Amino acid sequence: MTTALSNIAWISPFVSIAKGEDVSGNIQTIIKTIGLPLAGLLVFLMIWQAAASNINTSLGQFPGPGDVVTQTKGLLSEHFTEREKAEAFYERQEKRNAARVKQDPTYVPKTRDYTGKPTYIDQIGTSLVTVLSGFVLASLIAIPFGIVIGLSANLYSAFNPVIQIFKPVSPLAWLPIVTMVVSALYVSDDPMVPKSFVTSMITVMLCCLWPTVINTAVGVASIPKDLVNVSQVLRLSYMEHVRKIVLPSSIPMVFTGLRLSLGIAWMVLIAAEMLAQNPGLGKFVWDEFQNGSSDSLGRIMVAVITIGLIGFLLDRVMLMIQRKVSWDKSAATR
Amino acid sequence: MNPLLELSDVGIEFPTPKGPFCALQNVNLKIKKGEFISLIGHSGCGKSTVLNIVAGLYQATQGGVVLSGKEVNEPGPERAVVFQNHSLLPWLTAYQNVELAVKRVFKGHKSKAEMREWIEHNLELVHMSHAMHKRPDEISGGMKQRVGIARALSMEPQVLLMDEPFGALDALTRAHLQDSLMEIQKDLNNTVIMITHDVDEAVLLSDRIVMMTNGPSATIGEIMDVELERPRNRIQLADDPQYNKYRQQVLSFLYEKQRKPDTDAPAKKAADSDDSNEEKVDKKTGEVA
Repeated sequence: MTTALSNIAWISPFVSIAKGEDVSGNIQTIIKTIGLPLAGLLVFLMIWQAAASNINTSLGQFPGPGDVVTQTKGLLSEHFTEREKAEAFYERQEKRNAARVKQDPTYVPKTRDYTGKPTYIDQIGTSLVTVLSGFVLASLIAIPFGIVIGLSANLYSAFNPVIQIFKPVSPLAWLPIVTMVVSALYVSDDPMVPKSFVTSMITVMLCCLWPTVINTAVGVASIPKDLVNVSQVLRLSYMEHVRKIVLPSSIPMVFTGLRLSLGIAWMVLIAAEMLAQNPGLGKFVWDEFQNGSSDSLGRIMVAVITIGLIGFLLDRVMLMIQRKVSWDKSAATR
Repeated sequence: MNPLLELSDVGIEFPTPKGPFCALQNVNLKIKKGEFISLIGHSGCGKSTVLNIVAGLYQATQGGVVLSGKEVNEPGPERAVVFQNHSLLPWLTAYQNVELAVKRVFKGHKSKAEMREWIEHNLELVHMSHAMHKRPDEISGGMKQRVGIARALSMEPQVLLMDEPFGALDALTRAHLQDSLMEIQKDLNNTVIMITHDVDEAVLLSDRIVMMTNGPSATIGEIMDVELERPRNRIQLADDPQYNKYRQQVLSFLYEKQRKPDTDAPAKKAADSDDSNEEKVDKKTGEVA
């Protein structure tokens, strides 16, 4: 347990002080690992506060850190009230159904879902599900494609122009096309998932494919010649070569690509949700903007910070997976 | 007795933008079973090319290689290679690296337990049992090369090909590994082709030394039989007149008959680069002024 704890950079000095080792040195480490980031944050908050009090918009004063805290609390309490309401609704429904069944045993009870509006937390959930679906879909296409074009210099030359052309395309350009195609092809009376979700997911996928494709291809193409020779001397078949030599060897680069892709996916998602009206964070920001109340800017600021934090956490999670999966621990430190 | 391995009139041309480049021509060599052959020559003379052709990694554009009556035209485990830079898979332990080869070669012929025993036996041969479950980045350069040798031996090759196997190691480690190799060779009596640029190594280990002329169009210059009694001991041999005669013969081939045209150039080159430096400085000051 202690060893697991001391693996986390900012906890280890505390563990080591608790063990009574090198107190003054550890205090210095603490100042470096915790003090400096805190100081940076503090300076930023001060600048933010000062700037906010000098900006007046048609929706009132620009929100400072204090307003954001208030709005965060507001959004959370809205979430909890909404949950209570939902619970109360289901309780009432159950009671009513029970009463009707008692009166008339042949009655088949009807259950209806609660139709309250999604709360901020629900919206975060929707965003996460959408971005991960898009990202997983993109990875499932990008990694095999990257391996195939990485293994053949000819295929790489053939596809490189296509990749380079589509790589810089903004999600806003894709979205109208995707919307129309999804509307045309995704027709069903009882759709499993809403169209807005499919549209957002596919847009995310189209935008975040490329870093994984390129990095996988480069990783595969730069396998040391010696390892390829080993594979040839052992007469490994194509699939064995891919499984035993190519995949493990290019794992560090694949993860570099995946982390870039996930970052892009998250950025693209907000824009996609705004336009596709997928009920996630992007829609939240758009709705608040349209709403134009005096709270709106503060609430949008909450969303901005949430988006930043979640983006950061997603990257950390990828890093953790990379550390678990990759043999090259040195490549996984940043 | 028929030779085990026969290179007849082997030559290779590489296509370049300026037309074909002939790296190697008229290489004729017959190797008996159990012979230890060294290929020696200046860097760039095509000795690695010869080895790669025998390995099947390159295709000769002229002539061919025959191993036990079959023509060589692709790589295979019966011609195992020990590469200069160990080329172990960095994500596998020493054991797993050897296992990959053993599974490939003996699948269906050996049971799981037999395979494990065989892997451990080969790691034991190169004195790596103690670090069997370590990964390449956890062991030293010499140890990696030992594992590389174990991997090659574990394939029970008809010919063991070694591409400057000890070239990247320091002198002491190299001596250790040469001794280990001689010890293994005494027991297994493998047929070996080794590339080296180390004259002592060649004389100490080989039954025959094949000296290559300089490229382009490199070929075999001389072949020398080394008739020193085995087991050989490097310390005793240091005083042995016969050993020193062999050494001297290889050295004279390399440094008198096949002296590289540009070996006396470094001094001149240095002077040249000094000049160009001065020129740059001049230009710079000129621009500043």
